[in-house]
Amino acid sequence: MNRNVQLLWNGLIPENPIFRLALSLCPAVAVTTSIKNGLMLGLAVLFVQVCSSCTVSIFKSYIHPRIRIPAYVIIIALWVTVIDMILPVISPDVYKEVKLFIALIVVFAIIISRLELFASKEPFVPSFFDGAGMGAGFCFGLVLIGAIREFFGAGQIYGYDVLGFKPLLVMILPAGGFFVIGFIMATFNWLEYKITGKLPKSGGGH
Amino acid sequence: MSINKHLVTIALAVALSFLICGSALAQATETGSFKKDKEIEINFGVPVDEDWAQNTANFSAYEKPDPDIKIPIESVTLDARKTVATLKFKDALNTSSDYIVEAKDVTSGGKLLKNRVEFSVKKGEAQVLFGVFLGAMLINNFVFTQYLGLCIFFGVSQKKETAIGMGITFTTVMVSSAIMCWALFSYVLQTLHLDFLRIIVFIGTVAIFVQAMDTILRKVNPYLFKKLGVYLVLIVTNCIILAVPLKNADSGNGPFASLTLGLGAGIGFALALFLMSCVREKLEVCRVPATFQGLPIAFIVTGLFALAFLGFSGLAIF
Repeated sequence: MNRNVQLLWNGLIPENPIFRLALSLCPAVAVTTSIKNGLMLGLAVLFVQVCSSCTVSIFKSYIHPRIRIPAYVIIIALWVTVIDMILPVISPDVYKEVKLFIALIVVFAIIISRLELFASKEPFVPSFFDGAGMGAGFCFGLVLIGAIREFFGAGQIYGYDVLGFKPLLVMILPAGGFFVIGFIMATFNWLEYKITGKLPKSGGGH
Repeated sequence: MSINKHLVTIALAVALSFLICGSALAQATETGSFKKDKEIEINFGVPVDEDWAQNTANFSAYEKPDPDIKIPIESVTLDARKTVATLKFKDALNTSSDYIVEAKDVTSGGKLLKNRVEFSVKKGEAQVLFGVFLGAMLINNFVFTQYLGLCIFFGVSQKKETAIGMGITFTTVMVSSAIMCWALFSYVLQTLHLDFLRIIVFIGTVAIFVQAMDTILRKVNPYLFKKLGVYLVLIVTNCIILAVPLKNADSGNGPFASLTLGLGAGIGFALALFLMSCVREKLEVCRVPATFQGLPIAFIVTGLFALAFLGFSGLAIF
């Protein structure tokens, strides 16, 4: 039980997919113009990550190691097709804005890397918690970036006006996403430096 | 010997794809063309009656996406041979969208010729393709304004040499998979009403092409293969390579438009990689604050590039 909580926490902060592992950066910039969009895509990724981690950990003994990559891609594509059919029913307006990226979940590096590194070796329950932790960490990252960009760019939080003016319009422009992620990554580095006293090695970046 | 064999295979594949394109283009219907910004020209092919043609009630025109909004027609004039009619509109037309002109009860020499003729009016093919190409390469650059392919963008842009190699390989795979996905989508998936399977089919097609590139390069040019080894496989997990076929399928692009979008996206990506690698080679010797070293500063630089690329939005002249 203790290990499962550890796995959940691990994905959320110490190995956060966006800020620490620097995986799947495209959606992190593209859909985070508001909290709503970020949350939607984050939940979709959480669903796909948990489902495909579970599927792979169940069927791992039937997948021949030499064709494992195509097999993983097909499993992910299956769950993405499922969520691609569910989301337009639940929330049509938000779906319209993140449509392309829902389909692109197939090629998100974070999902396939968790399948390869974790789910293909571990039993069902730890795989579930690892998937949930990584998905939740990804969702947390998207919501954090979305909140910063929406607050500074549009003066809103979750669609409600809080400021009444737009302090930094550049934040919701394409460039703003890059700036925000750059600064958040630097903040994470700085925090780690303050806590542990040494600078982390910079992320690999793919 | 083996090189020749591969070349023959490639040539056959290219010839086949051109055949497919040609047959698709042959299905064009009656077309009209834009003349000035307020005029559309349509050709009946046979002489029609002047008094019928001058009655504007016989014609109706609308933009293709909304058939309910009719555009008011000011006057209709026929040319000397009475086969070509020029419709003059009250307001300037939006030449970036497609129009439909309908003529009803076409009469020729006092006799009813056809109850209803439909003309589709659009820009010249070359103009559209140029617009698509420029749009994919600069105005909506896939990296800087659509945020796609960032993983590879940050991973491969550390050295100029790998950036160029990656750009070329990527463009090749992109163009071939774009045309192949188009053929699969319009001839197999749409005819069988299996549109919802497109994600699975496209990613499969891309994986096949990457595997094919891998095999061909290994035999034809082992030096380049060794240089690109890791990055070749990485192409599969690139968002752009899947986004281009998906965009083509969503907007109903034809074979040439699909090909052009693929080419534009590939060259745009190569350009972005090259620009970034130039800056990052300089960054190596700069004194960057400790917490910003590595990826954070790369992100800030990309943000500045994105701001610069905003300037290209003024290029949208077509």
